[in-house]
Amino acid sequence: MIRSSRIHRAAITLAASALVLTACGSDSDGGSDAAGDGGDSGTSELCGKNLAYLGALTGDAGALGQNMVGGIELALKEYNAKNADCQVDLKTFDSQGSPEKAPALATQIINDDTIFGLIGPGFSGESLATGKTFFEAGLPSISPSATNVTITQQGWTTWHRVIGNDDAQGSADAKYLTETVGASKVFVIDDGQDYSKGLAGTVREALGDAMAGTDQISVGQTDMSATVTKVQAAGADAVFYGGYYTEAGLLAKALRQGGFKGTFMSGDGAEDPSFVKVAGAAAAEGAVLSAPAGPPPADFGATGLYATQSYDAANIFLAALEDGASTAEEVNDFIGSYSGDGVSGPITFDENGDITESKIYAYLVKDGKLDVQNPEVIE
Amino acid sequence: MDLGALFGSFDNFVSFTIGGLVFGAIYALIALGYTMVYGVLQLINFAHSEVFMYGTFAVAWTFIFVHGTSDASWSLGEALPTLLLALVMAMLVSAGVALLLERAAYRPLLKKGAPKLIALISAIGASFALAEAMGLRDRFAGWVGLEDDLANYVSPGKARDVYSNPVGIDPKGLFDIGGYTVTDVDLLIIVAALLMMVALDQFVRRTRFGRGIRATAQDPESAALMGVNSTRVVQLTFLIGGLMAGAAATLYMMKIGSTRQNAGFILGVKAFTAAVMGGIGNLRGALLGGLVLGVMENWGAAVFGSQWRDVVAFVLLVLILLVRPSGLLGESLGKARA
Repeated sequence: MIRSSRIHRAAITLAASALVLTACGSDSDGGSDAAGDGGDSGTSELCGKNLAYLGALTGDAGALGQNMVGGIELALKEYNAKNADCQVDLKTFDSQGSPEKAPALATQIINDDTIFGLIGPGFSGESLATGKTFFEAGLPSISPSATNVTITQQGWTTWHRVIGNDDAQGSADAKYLTETVGASKVFVIDDGQDYSKGLAGTVREALGDAMAGTDQISVGQTDMSATVTKVQAAGADAVFYGGYYTEAGLLAKALRQGGFKGTFMSGDGAEDPSFVKVAGAAAAEGAVLSAPAGPPPADFGATGLYATQSYDAANIFLAALEDGASTAEEVNDFIGSYSGDGVSGPITFDENGDITESKIYAYLVKDGKLDVQNPEVIE
Repeated sequence: MDLGALFGSFDNFVSFTIGGLVFGAIYALIALGYTMVYGVLQLINFAHSEVFMYGTFAVAWTFIFVHGTSDASWSLGEALPTLLLALVMAMLVSAGVALLLERAAYRPLLKKGAPKLIALISAIGASFALAEAMGLRDRFAGWVGLEDDLANYVSPGKARDVYSNPVGIDPKGLFDIGGYTVTDVDLLIIVAALLMMVALDQFVRRTRFGRGIRATAQDPESAALMGVNSTRVVQLTFLIGGLMAGAAATLYMMKIGSTRQNAGFILGVKAFTAAVMGGIGNLRGALLGGLVLGVMENWGAAVFGSQWRDVVAFVLLVLILLVRPSGLLGESLGKARA
């Protein structure tokens, strides 16, 4: 039954999105691309062209995508204010974070001559689904948030990320649980998505003997009672969850209601104030949420998780422009050899496109609030 | 596969089973809406999941209206007055949406004698329209200039994101069965669901309105000839389905506490399954189907891992339908005898 009703819905969604997509493709945030073909005397032939953002803007994880666009727009605003003769605009492509919707948008992006660089894709699943398309088209990209380990193992030389991958985060998280928390029986749960499985998998490996059991829930699931029973039956003293804040919150709530007294930990997908709202202040208290990102500087003009990384990613493209890069290839070479300090930390890339240095931070829920200003660095 | 997880210890077995019964009771209440409408119109009201979803929002809104947005944790006793108010609000909102649905998406089609499939498409369309309207509620509020006044209710810019009741209801353990501590919240959910089921069953079997519903379900033309106002009966059916969905929404929010604009979809599919499993069109079948589905999901999750819970539930559905094509108790809203 589930299949037939999903197919009904999928068919309608497809038809509807096909209609919408034709409309979005020509959507631009500014009116300057008409004058774009390098007519003015900018420092680069790419002046007047656009950066693209591909990721969720609506849908379940839309809030994260809005954070990213906030960061990118801030960088562009600062750049455009300083460079009156070289304006750069942003075109946004809303994939809703879905690996099924992203490939069609990727095709639109590579066929758009005014786009010289991509910030995104936002999530790991859509990155894996579109990486080949962008690589074959030679379009350089920097993701502010896709952390699945396997993306940079595909040989896509145009793909970069300014965030530590799940290997780095997973081993740090396992270390935090066993050393800082002192847990000896950790139950590991994930939601089956590329990001979540990757992160939870790394945690499982790094835990070794300290792992007490595993389970996998699904996105959109609200009844966690079976998982809670399993955690209790395993006698776990800590739970690690790989996934996003909604299910993380529901799980933390159900665990506390089921009498679980140990530590609840999750990764950057759950590091959002909504986690506390969903779990309730009482159940969220003491939860640890890790992220490969420190808090933004106090005077930073954009808010939310991934805003700093997005700001940095946009600035790397803009630095390429200032450096005089005029083709996608030159932009890509510039990114590969880039070295600088962003607001999210020092940035250089290794030969696979991974950031070479990334600190993992542990954010705690204290007094009913996610303390975003004072994370601990996990060494 | 790990049979030991389920059958290895009595304590775990009881935990999985009771956990499943609690959610199964909620499935059953939603399933009533599907089953009633099907019984009378032979039509699957796919928008019923949205009727439920609007109820969950009504519950959260009531708590925010009474308490404000600061986080709090109340015992069931403290929350009870607000919960009752929320129950009334949720039932009103859900029933209102259900009636609106009947008026806008069904009656015009049925009047013109459109085929049942057309009404099905109309239902799916209405389901999308309702869910998206909830996801765009911040924009609607913006149009009439109330975005700031209603910020707590419409969450500007985050209307599609998860929406939580700021008041967490802290369950209190009452007694242990095996390894499972039955809480006051669990007990209330199961008892309330059973009571509503019995009340509805008696209503359909014993009252004049109930007789009208049964007559229309059995033979709409003869019923009309005998003076049953079929439009009224259809309205009443939608109204009852909506009221039950509102009650289910209140119980759901007690347990889960969060909702979102697409929260109805998965629960709706499950409740529909429960209705089919029990015998669509059969009220007692909806109850049995809901409870069986809830328990089977949890057993499936125990043996195969939680990612397999839906697979187990639906394989079971197929097996049941192979042996009993009309569900566990058969399709019989019309055949119920008073």
